[in-house]
Amino acid sequence: MIEALQELSKNRELLYMITWREIRIRYKQSVMGLMWAVLMPIIITSAGVIVRLAASRLSGRPITSGDIGGIGVKALAWAFFVSALRFGTTSLTSNSSLVTKIKFPRLIFPLAAVLTSLFDMAIAAPVLLVLLPVAGVRLWPSLLWVPVLLMVLVLFTAGLCILFSAANLFFRDIKYIVEVVLTFAIFFTPVLYDASLFGKWRSILMLNPLTPILEGLNSSVILGRQPDLFWIGFSAVTSMVLFWVGVTFFRRLEPRFAESV
Amino acid sequence: MSDIALRMNHVFKRFRRGEQHDSLRDLIPSLVKRAVRKDRERSLAPEEFWVLNDVDFEVKKGETLGIIGHNGAGKSTMLKHLSGIMVPTRGSIEVNGRLSALIEVGAGFHPDLTGRENVFLNGVILGMTRTEVKRKFDEIVDFAGLEEFIDTPVKRYSSGMFARLGFSVAAHLEPDVLVIDEVLSVGDFAFQRKGIEKMRAIAKSGATVIFVSHNLQAVAEFCQRGILLERGRILAEGPTDQVIRRYLDTATSHAERAPHGPVRIVSTRIEGADGETGKFDGGGRARITVRLEAAEAVEKVAVVIQIFNADFYDIFHTSSERLGTQPLSLAANEVAECDFDVDLHLGAGTYYLGVYLYRYDAEREYDHVFPATSFVMTADRGAHGVANLYPVVSRFTAVQQSKVTPLLPATPKDSGRVMIKKAI
Repeated sequence: MIEALQELSKNRELLYMITWREIRIRYKQSVMGLMWAVLMPIIITSAGVIVRLAASRLSGRPITSGDIGGIGVKALAWAFFVSALRFGTTSLTSNSSLVTKIKFPRLIFPLAAVLTSLFDMAIAAPVLLVLLPVAGVRLWPSLLWVPVLLMVLVLFTAGLCILFSAANLFFRDIKYIVEVVLTFAIFFTPVLYDASLFGKWRSILMLNPLTPILEGLNSSVILGRQPDLFWIGFSAVTSMVLFWVGVTFFRRLEPRFAESV
Repeated sequence: MSDIALRMNHVFKRFRRGEQHDSLRDLIPSLVKRAVRKDRERSLAPEEFWVLNDVDFEVKKGETLGIIGHNGAGKSTMLKHLSGIMVPTRGSIEVNGRLSALIEVGAGFHPDLTGRENVFLNGVILGMTRTEVKRKFDEIVDFAGLEEFIDTPVKRYSSGMFARLGFSVAAHLEPDVLVIDEVLSVGDFAFQRKGIEKMRAIAKSGATVIFVSHNLQAVAEFCQRGILLERGRILAEGPTDQVIRRYLDTATSHAERAPHGPVRIVSTRIEGADGETGKFDGGGRARITVRLEAAEAVEKVAVVIQIFNADFYDIFHTSSERLGTQPLSLAANEVAECDFDVDLHLGAGTYYLGVYLYRYDAEREYDHVFPATSFVMTADRGAHGVANLYPVVSRFTAVQQSKVTPLLPATPKDSGRVMIKKAI
């Protein structure tokens, strides 16, 4: 593990170049350009608003600007997760010519997919920042939790990407499984709704490591409250274990990449 | 220890023929099978074979090693092991110093990115730092000769331009060990020459170069030592010309032959004045000896020799009869030899020799062997092509003022440079 991290830090220029390449390619020759990064969160947020409108008609509780702000914050994080996982899973197979022709740490590919999606998120974030004060967000101290939550989110996403990229190299149906799961995962993760909606069943939802992160972002950004520390701790530990498992698994299989791709 | 640049210790690599399981549903049965089977580091399943079989050699620092062999002999697999892309099933590989492998030119080039962007990307992928690429950028572009197109996406490049840029990036790596696979077959002739010169300069600077090629002439010219691979084994190792000789012998062992006739060609040899057999310098004299044996009594046998170049163009043929020697009549079981003394005024390249036994007055062919043998000519001075005319420039001076006006005003060569200076 430590060896893997040392190797990565030695090759950070390469990681930077591969990420830079991905970003260049994604925004070159596209009509929308940087709008792409904003589009996904907007669509997710719109879907969330519709779900909330329906829910408020049923419950009779009016929808607030804070609700919409909360969806926006979660949508941004969710869009990052989905795009990173999608690109990360195929990152080795789509770079097969590099995998079979040139020697360097292949861990770079899934990580570059994560960084590229992080870049997208950074592009979309300012749009949200402009809207947040309207939703009643102030510069409260709980905002300091945001970087911590993002780090856990990136660690979790990176762990999954590393695991799936290696698996997809050996079994090409992994990427379809990931697609299908991602399509429906939004129903199992409180992006469009809040976990508190489920009352005493909330803990079951929280077992999904993404839930405490999203809920934590909502409470620290929109509500100005400290996130649920127990569940954040759970997410952080799960993410670290996942990352460790992913890297170990990946490096165990790495010698066989070139002949199997 | 310290003068060894690279060493392969009894390397074995197992490959599998046919399909591998590529989807999850095939995984479970294969896992069960694997659990039942024990340690298989040495054994082979029926569908498996050794693509490398006990490959063991070392290369000293500053040495140039050529690896030759037929298609599928394991050359590319060996390179992938040398460069660390593949890991041996058994055995180990040691490399001292920075190794760069050029397995495919322009691997990692992205079609949508410009030449400039790809130079940076490829340079870093191949192991340079960005500052290093920045420093060598002008040199790289200049070597590829692509100043005007450097800000064009490489998908608009011709395949030659693409390859030139790819080779140029790799050629500026300054590695301790450089591994090159067949990349010199790209680009036009002038660029190939430039490529060889560049490799020679890299070797001269003290780097170790390992060169894999079908181009025997390039291997002969460039490498001090050679290795012949055949079905994953090292068949021969030693001075390049001897190894090439072995290679050509294995090539001719599959020679085409005529059906059984009354008289047969037993052997064909080509030998230079100094006893060399596989590799000749241009202009030397050589003797081609054909040995024949009669199974029954035959009359009026003439020997025909024919030389083909690597593209199998007939570049020369003659016969004992045309050269004014009387045809020979042989009794049963009689053995004869025919010597042709030739001047090898040939350009650099690989040549094949065909031999025929013919009876001219009856227009009957007794036997033929093709290729009976083959040999390599090395480049001599500045002459290229099939023939060597031993040119000398005897005069090159200005004689009078030109009256022709140029069609286009000469463009300053710096116009390309200005663009290059733009920061990435």
